[in-house]
Amino acid sequence: MNLTLKIWRQAGPKAKGEMVTYPVTDISEDMSFLEMLDVLNEQLNARGEEPIAFDSDCREGICGMCGLMISGKAHGPEVTTTCQLHMRSFSDGDEITIEPWRADAFPVIKDLVVDRGSFDRIIQAGGFISANTGSAPEAHSVPVPKPKADRAFMAAACIGCGACVAACPNASGMLFMGAKITHLGELPQGQPERDARVVNMVSQHDHEGFGGCTNIGECSSACPKEIPLDVINQLNKDLRGALMRGE
Amino acid sequence: MKMLMAGSGALFVFYVLVHMYGNLKIFAGVDAFNEYAEHLRTLFTPFLPYAGFLWLFRVLLIAALVAHAWSAFYLWSRARGARTTRYVAKAAARATVKSKMMRWGGVALLLFLVWHLLQFTIVKFNVGSLPAEGNPGLLVISSFQVWWVVLIYLLALVALGLHLYHGVWSATQTLGWAGNAAARRRAKTLGTVIALVTSVGFALPPLAILFGLVKGS
Repeated sequence: MNLTLKIWRQAGPKAKGEMVTYPVTDISEDMSFLEMLDVLNEQLNARGEEPIAFDSDCREGICGMCGLMISGKAHGPEVTTTCQLHMRSFSDGDEITIEPWRADAFPVIKDLVVDRGSFDRIIQAGGFISANTGSAPEAHSVPVPKPKADRAFMAAACIGCGACVAACPNASGMLFMGAKITHLGELPQGQPERDARVVNMVSQHDHEGFGGCTNIGECSSACPKEIPLDVINQLNKDLRGALMRGE
Repeated sequence: MKMLMAGSGALFVFYVLVHMYGNLKIFAGVDAFNEYAEHLRTLFTPFLPYAGFLWLFRVLLIAALVAHAWSAFYLWSRARGARTTRYVAKAAARATVKSKMMRWGGVALLLFLVWHLLQFTIVKFNVGSLPAEGNPGLLVISSFQVWWVVLIYLLALVALGLHLYHGVWSATQTLGWAGNAAARRRAKTLGTVIALVTSVGFALPPLAILFGLVKGS
């Protein structure tokens, strides 16, 4: 298939970027979206032009490294990551716009690569449990009810790719944060630090310059792991409780 | 901030329902409507002075309005600041009209509120033809015999309905009351019901007056 790509090119963090149009030909529909970009980069290399910088790592949809805004949709038209999106989701002759995640908390490093360090700092602010190192305790010594375990696991599926922020009209990181709050809040190990966690994470989130949630639901629709909107409800509930208890 | 938004919003939901109840009194006749207006002013007298309760309530509403609008503009500017470089192409996956119209719809409602208060509370100008000096019931009927007044109100009610539709559901989510599928369904249903009841309930008197079902005398 032949496609027309409109891609955001930006030489560096401070440089002014622009959309550049690239035609690509002979693309197989079995290629992944990133392989299609690899083909384009090989052609650019051969012509002595600067290849397009984009993030990727595992290329099997589990690491959360890749992420592109494809024709206005985070990770493109399918519910999956960009690396697991295949060209069969497009048709011959399509014009595809490719942009980096747009959020001031995710500054562009180069072309399509953004710095998601703000997510790391939110996790550092409270998205963990403090445990002494040493031999692992007997798993059965801490009982976890099945529904709670399931919900924690569902929330823990978040790979931190940032699609929620990219899709959100307010560039809010609350789905990401809610997933971590829900994951740790459902488990016994997460209880001692539960109040401090939500207060510190929300404070860091706001400090990083993310917007606030207005319950539109774009995040959840864009999420490759289908994290539901109710994790934000959980986040708000925990925050309300923590503030009332004077945390 | 968002809890302030939700809390002050909830007060308005309560208020518009009471307000609508008052408006529907027009169907019982001008006298019943005027009696109700007077009753609001004599409520809890002699414990409170004339119109004392009404003013207490107004102060509460003004405080809530300031809180609601201020937090809205604060959150709005924060959201704008969170993405200063916009997308060239952005497709909405499921954002609905009602959720996207919360902000501009809110601004529209604020403008409408100014007009509405000038018309019926502060200046009480009469755009219609009936003599309505000192008679709130007749003023209402006189005003809504004018088609463009009815049009303004209907547009405002559409905005109000959409605002409430998303707002009620959004407030339950912000306050953390929509934790499971059943609660979420209830919250959305509640939003739909409140939105429909208020917009239809408010629309009935103006329409009835416009089409001559309720007359001044």
